[in-house]
Amino acid sequence: MKKVLLSGNEAIARGAYEAGVLVACAYPGTPSTEILENAIQYEEINASWAPNEKVALEVGIGACFGGARALVTMKHVGVNVAADPLFTLSYTGVRGGLVLVTADDPELHSSQNEQDNRNFAKFAKIPMFEPADSREALEMTRLAFDLSEQFDTPVLLRSTTRISHSKSVVELGERRTDLPQPRLERNPAKLVMLPGNARRRHFEVEKRLLDLEEWSSCQPFNRVEKGAGKVGVITSGVSYQYVKEVLPEADVLKIGLVYPLPKAMIRDFAAQYDELYVIEELDPFIEEQVKAMGIAVTGKEKLSLCGELTPGRLKRGLTGEPVPTEDQSPDLPQRPPNMCPGCPHRGVFMELNRAKAYVTGDIGCYTLGFMPPLSAMDTCVCMGASIGNATGISKVLSEEEQRKVVAVIGDSTFLHTGINGLMDMVYNQSTATVIILDNRITAMTGRQENPTSGYTLTDQLTYKVDMEQLCRAVGVEHVKVIDPYNIALTRKTIREEMARPELSVIITDRPCMLVPRDNLEKRQPLFVDHDKCTGCQACLRLGCPAITWDAENKKSNIDKIICTGCKVCQQTCGFGAFLEYGEQS
Amino acid sequence: MSKVNNILLAGVGGQGILLASEVLSEVMLMAGLDVKKNEIHGMSQRGGSVVSHVRYGDKVYSSIIPEGEVDILFSFEMLETCRYLPLMRENGQVIINNWKIAPPSVALGKQAYPVDLAETIRQQFPNTKVVDGLDLALEAGNSKTVNTVLLGALSNILEFDHELWLRALKKMLPERLLDINLKAFDLGCRVR
Repeated sequence: MKKVLLSGNEAIARGAYEAGVLVACAYPGTPSTEILENAIQYEEINASWAPNEKVALEVGIGACFGGARALVTMKHVGVNVAADPLFTLSYTGVRGGLVLVTADDPELHSSQNEQDNRNFAKFAKIPMFEPADSREALEMTRLAFDLSEQFDTPVLLRSTTRISHSKSVVELGERRTDLPQPRLERNPAKLVMLPGNARRRHFEVEKRLLDLEEWSSCQPFNRVEKGAGKVGVITSGVSYQYVKEVLPEADVLKIGLVYPLPKAMIRDFAAQYDELYVIEELDPFIEEQVKAMGIAVTGKEKLSLCGELTPGRLKRGLTGEPVPTEDQSPDLPQRPPNMCPGCPHRGVFMELNRAKAYVTGDIGCYTLGFMPPLSAMDTCVCMGASIGNATGISKVLSEEEQRKVVAVIGDSTFLHTGINGLMDMVYNQSTATVIILDNRITAMTGRQENPTSGYTLTDQLTYKVDMEQLCRAVGVEHVKVIDPYNIALTRKTIREEMARPELSVIITDRPCMLVPRDNLEKRQPLFVDHDKCTGCQACLRLGCPAITWDAENKKSNIDKIICTGCKVCQQTCGFGAFLEYGEQS
Repeated sequence: MSKVNNILLAGVGGQGILLASEVLSEVMLMAGLDVKKNEIHGMSQRGGSVVSHVRYGDKVYSSIIPEGEVDILFSFEMLETCRYLPLMRENGQVIINNWKIAPPSVALGKQAYPVDLAETIRQQFPNTKVVDGLDLALEAGNSKTVNTVLLGALSNILEFDHELWLRALKKMLPERLLDINLKAFDLGCRVR
């Protein structure tokens, strides 16, 4: 068999391919995004981006009801959005296998919370696999589809950032070709969840959990690894790797199916040790269930409920010994992420800051508008929240303060769950201002296509949502489309619409600078004419990575390697110091 | 080889660190070793700090290098080197690209870029090697080959066949960029 290095996400895509999956659907979200991006290399899989996670799961459910195996992937908070279909899918069960991958983000590397989605397995009564490396990610994905069909249940597969984005050695297998052809088959008593049907199905769900628990107690993915026989550790997922690193002598019960837990196995294992630990990241998910079985274990007394584990953090928790960390001294300048040079959002946030707007923000690259020097974001809760938040806060403010409220949201986030908020604004006559930063791409996660792009996941040309028409269609009377590279127009429009005592929408229509097909126009980098630069620092308010301050000469400079020639800085300069190469100074 | 070896790559988003760690891991795989590599994507393209962990040996568990066990700190940017020095073993090796990229607070004139970094690092780790990566990349013909130049310099202190490196580069790079990168790698190899 061929050995290759795959990330956890690549391995999940490969596992789905080998399992004979026909449909894969997702909304992008770190750290899950690369699963679908890798699924498209397998022609047999129909892979697509959905506008949000709920739609993605519903598409997957449809495919599985049609008799095909379907893969649906999302980041942890995406499962909150998809929870509605998920909980009832638990009752209907499946026809073709359905696996939902939840990619959690302990440590919040790129998320707004660090919820532990193992809790969803228990809450929705759905079995959950938790791989510990890429090899297991592939094997468990394959296995999850078999399990799904064998027990008539959707199956959750939980990854974390350190699994999804780590590469390790994997052996590739062949694709299954012996699966039945999808075709229509009616079964309304099982698939129409009216109360009478659903009541009966609930009994099936409870029985299924008991069957799964019994079955899983004798499966090889739950296994004991013998050590010196003195200390027992129950663990799963990436935590297993840290246990092997830090406690090489321990006896380890490694759990592959974290819900339902193999209770008989746990009881047998636990009986052998006076010193027994549960080692897991975030919530005491396994620990609480083990304690509820009447078994004494040590867990979260020693390890944090917050953040991810590392070998050092585990060692510190168990022994109390200090471990080194990165140098975080204030003398060492931090290097936070920033909007890219030429980003069309930059000028908008500079003007929102100058207009002293109260900005209800949203999830995307533009959340970086929070960072100084732009410093123009006051709230950011979840996908699509900016609009509802603006409506709500406007309800409780004086007329004067109401005018300060501006919701800022990107195109992908707007279509994800922002549009509902806008309908509410029109329906209930909100007076706030909404800015839709339409750069035609889901940029923050690495530039994935969405319904405003005009292209699909597989780069096929397709219909492109007309943002202006969409806003008008739900009843917004005042819609203005502006070029955010035109700072005077941006400033004027923002101020006029903020002052307007009615709902209005401003759409900015510049594409993301990093999408070549949308940036065919040739632009030249600029330079600063030091004879004209007065050192007033007005340009520094943009926080553009291409502009640096020369403290010795008290002048600004432009790094011509990264300047994209967007000319926004030129418009902030009152002295005409920003020039194109070739222009006379 | 029973010991697990740990290389930490550090730098700034956009410097080609992730591609470098791909090539490095591929060399280990071709040498028949177990290898794991780990990094955080997401923010990396937006000029933030980037680290990538590469571990290899007979059997590797954690993909994160245990704190304090970095054998080689392979850094693409001066200041970023300093952030990760505390994670090194006492007698570890440092390779630094002689390149300074101003973080936002420095670009805005609020903070100074630390001075004499190479000397400070050398006091703690005497066998620190400083590579003029950008100069050599320009000599190869493209500023974007800095990462390959640095891989060349790294290959000098690792025990793998030159041939494996060339094979890994050929596998990981698009054909149109191969010649210029092989030239860059060769220039890196000549750094002593």
